[in-house]
Amino acid sequence: MAYATLAEDLKELHHPKSWVGKYIWSQDHKYIAVQYMMTAVAIGVVALVLSDLMRLQIGFPGSVGFITPEAYYQMITMHGMIMVIYLLTALLLGGFGNFLIPLMLGARDMVFPFVNMLSYWVYLLSVLILVASFFVPGGPTGAGWTLYPPQAILPGTPGRDWGIILMLASLAVFIVAFTMGGLNYVTTVLQARTRGMTLMRMPLSVWGIFVATILALLAFPALFVASIMMMLDRVLGTSFFMPALVSQGQLLGYNGGSPILFQHLFWFFGHPEVYIVALPAFGIVSDLIATHARKNIFGYRMMVWAIVIIGGLSFLVWAHHMYVSGMNPYFGFFFATSTLIIAVPTAIKVYNWVLTLWKGNIHFTVPMLFAIAFIFTFINGGLTGLFLGNVSVDVPLSGTYFVVAHFHMVMGVSPILVIFGAIYHWYPKITGRMWNETLGKIHFWFTFLGTYLIYFPMHYLGLLGMPRRYYEYGHTAFIPDTAHYLNAFITTVALIVGAAQLIFFYNMITSYFYGPKAGGNPWRATTLEWQTPTTPAPHGNWGPNLPVVYRWAYDYSVPGAPEDFIPQNVPAFGTSRNHKT
Amino acid sequence: MGILQKLTEKPWLVTDHATAEDSDEVSVSAAPTGLYFYFAVATVLFLIVAVMYLMRMGVGHFGFGLDWRPTPKPWLLWVNTFVLVLSSVTFQQARVAARRDQADRVVTLLLTAGLFAFAFLAGQLIVWHELAARGYFLATNPANSFFYLITTLHGLHLVGGLVAWSYTTIRVWNGVEIAKVRLSVELCAIYWHFLLVVWLAFFCLLLAT
Amino acid sequence: MAMAVAVAVLIVGSVLFHLLSPWHSTPLASNWSSIDNAVTVTFWVTGAVFVAINSFMVYALIRYDRRRGGQATYEPENAKLEKRLTLWTTVGIATLLAPGLYAWDKFVTIPDNASIVEAVGQQWEWSFRFPGKDGVLGTADARFVNENNPFGLNPNDPYGKDDVLIEGNTVHLPIGKPIKMVLRSKDVLHDFFVPQFRARMNLVPGLVTYFWFTPTKTGKYEILCAQLCGIGHYTMRGYVIVDDQRTFDAWLKKQPTFAQAVASR
Repeated sequence: MAYATLAEDLKELHHPKSWVGKYIWSQDHKYIAVQYMMTAVAIGVVALVLSDLMRLQIGFPGSVGFITPEAYYQMITMHGMIMVIYLLTALLLGGFGNFLIPLMLGARDMVFPFVNMLSYWVYLLSVLILVASFFVPGGPTGAGWTLYPPQAILPGTPGRDWGIILMLASLAVFIVAFTMGGLNYVTTVLQARTRGMTLMRMPLSVWGIFVATILALLAFPALFVASIMMMLDRVLGTSFFMPALVSQGQLLGYNGGSPILFQHLFWFFGHPEVYIVALPAFGIVSDLIATHARKNIFGYRMMVWAIVIIGGLSFLVWAHHMYVSGMNPYFGFFFATSTLIIAVPTAIKVYNWVLTLWKGNIHFTVPMLFAIAFIFTFINGGLTGLFLGNVSVDVPLSGTYFVVAHFHMVMGVSPILVIFGAIYHWYPKITGRMWNETLGKIHFWFTFLGTYLIYFPMHYLGLLGMPRRYYEYGHTAFIPDTAHYLNAFITTVALIVGAAQLIFFYNMITSYFYGPKAGGNPWRATTLEWQTPTTPAPHGNWGPNLPVVYRWAYDYSVPGAPEDFIPQNVPAFGTSRNHKT
Repeated sequence: MGILQKLTEKPWLVTDHATAEDSDEVSVSAAPTGLYFYFAVATVLFLIVAVMYLMRMGVGHFGFGLDWRPTPKPWLLWVNTFVLVLSSVTFQQARVAARRDQADRVVTLLLTAGLFAFAFLAGQLIVWHELAARGYFLATNPANSFFYLITTLHGLHLVGGLVAWSYTTIRVWNGVEIAKVRLSVELCAIYWHFLLVVWLAFFCLLLAT
Repeated sequence: MAMAVAVAVLIVGSVLFHLLSPWHSTPLASNWSSIDNAVTVTFWVTGAVFVAINSFMVYALIRYDRRRGGQATYEPENAKLEKRLTLWTTVGIATLLAPGLYAWDKFVTIPDNASIVEAVGQQWEWSFRFPGKDGVLGTADARFVNENNPFGLNPNDPYGKDDVLIEGNTVHLPIGKPIKMVLRSKDVLHDFFVPQFRARMNLVPGLVTYFWFTPTKTGKYEILCAQLCGIGHYTMRGYVIVDDQRTFDAWLKKQPTFAQAVASR
């Protein structure tokens, strides 16, 4: 491990004096993390508003005048893409990855701070390109977040002129930004761990982020290639994905391409993407549960192996999104089997979370409430995955609201609950202040109960056979009126949940100025980020001496110990000690 | 310790053996690790393009790729390939020279290697020009589309390498100690070898189809 | 405590919702009871797991609330328990996979006696084609599409001459006979989805896709496009009317063949 190099780095870390140098062109991983978080949350709020608007159209068709079919399809597309890529991926890896990796591993910073800064600014550029598509003639693309060709680049789809071009460009730029950040995260994990921080002593948060980053590095190239090829098809008239076709009475010049090739590329990226979002959430929630239940995470080794196995398997299951796509139907046997196999390590993770609560000493703090809510929500979302992964069961459900409910439960609400839990958990470390607990709990109850009320009943609309991505249903014989009432109910709850997020923002902003001082380790946690000499941690994190790690991350309630936690940098016997670098 | 052994140790049992265990860790600088991870990313990128190439050609797909007309391979491509090999070989010599602290030799060799790289890029541009002059445009046929796509992706990677190359060369030119640029020279050389392998693989693919 | 109560209420509420919900699958109108069975099995197994794990969690939340005092137990892992859980999970997964793959095996095996019907999609309407007396569909290509030949049939293909063309969004099918539904799109992706039939498949331009089913109940069913195909996606409706054989034959006889359609234009 390269602690000698790090000591050298400390001398080279330049400490900018000006406000701009400190907060804007910062190379400090903690500031970059906050920049990532703020940007992701800001664009995420846009996506949230879009979702409430489209829910208005679904629940109360025609009630909002400006939601035309064009606008509706643009809303669903932008909502999906923003949430998956620009919010969840950026927030979990760019935000929490940046903040947690160096602090949890006892490093002074990422190994390539300049590239890290560049990563954020290029990410911001991709967000700006995306936002720009709202203002170009024709508006953003309305091709659905999957951007399936040929439809995505043909007339008859909103945003066909500029929207789709900006979307593809923004994705390509995002991938460049992510690759710069991602190389940093993996290299930091492998090269910059402090003395004593062996791989198996790393907190599960770092494991989750680490494996997710590797997945992302290897999966994003597929999306990159797909974006470039589709861009060429759209702008220069190549035929990678475009067969000979008659669009609105016009025979176009395309010939011989295959739309299914795009789907393979998209889902070769898209399925690992689910785990790119899920694995950091798995890791973080493990640490939240252990800390607030005052108990070691149950089956740490199994948890690590499960993360690695899930990561590996996630590259072998992509075509379960394509059972009814028209690909060779015999692939279904393989992909159904591989998909259901991935359920085994995932189930083990769930058992171990619950078994960590078992015989624990559970503190019902706000982060813990979110963690428990995650377990409950994730169990539900994971189990419905067994329907959709199982090829023939998927056939009647594919493309219906069952799918919408499933993936919102499993990769929408679940990671968001973890993100909220994580923000409440680390807020005192980031800002040095504590938030208001009552407001935190109110926010929690609205969010947890509300999202469940939205998505649980939605499965049944799918079971009934209501297809997704419908602007309105008009009169359809098999859809009873009660289904429309249920939709109106779901919309009402969605609006309430959306509005309840204001409580969160109010709490975060006022606490930043008026919250009580939190102290360095308010949760009495073992991991290194809570052991920094000052809070918030300074540039370089550790003052003159790097921490030395003597134990794993989960020494809670060790028999015979004076307190119910022993920080990782406390030697086997005696008090905390640092070593000279 | 092997990776399997590392991943199966019971972390709650081991306390305070940190110092002992660290001694057998090899201290590596971060940059090579970062670069190797980038190779993994780029390999996946190029592999995906190659797989798309074969699938679009119709390999294993009955009834597909009927419109595929192979792009001609001008003899200049052979010259370009040879030039890229020369560039890589020169870089290797620069790497060796850097290890031996021969500053003058490093400058000369770096400049030569860069020159070969520019020559390669120019050669590729001429190939494009020639193909376009003969009517093989990007959108004329999927084989052409892939040819242009592959050469562009590879060329852009080389341009990125040239940015690092110019940074390193300027530093050596300005008389920075060799010890301080040795790592940069090493990494550039490795990167060049990687791009050479990528190009050779694609060239074989193009020739074979 | 509040959290334990909330989770408990959600467990009970979810189960009650499932049992009392008026929103369940539409009555089956095809041979695909094997798919419905697989769905039912999956509901039972996942439902049991849902109740079991969550109830255990509720118990843990109440029993190990810190307000009840007591210290947490220090137990890094329990290899025996973890192995047992892994084993039982694997068994459960296999239980789900078996009926799923069984149904899929049927799904990919087209019966020899299936009669062929083609559905053609374009933004945002459906049309249909029967192979006519020779039982073979003539070849077709987007390049042949014009005002007089909206189906894009190859004018030189003798098999195409007697193909029966159905414009307008309604098609009739005979009851009790396996149908191989051949799917073709002129422009973008679509999806032939009749919820009551369960089986379905995408239409892919440049490809001919297919699936099969046997209608088992007469009646009128709606076809909903279930793959986003542009602004008019939600308006892309069609109808399948399942008739007894005699009514169907009479209807089919009245429809024009390709040769007749060309002659009349």
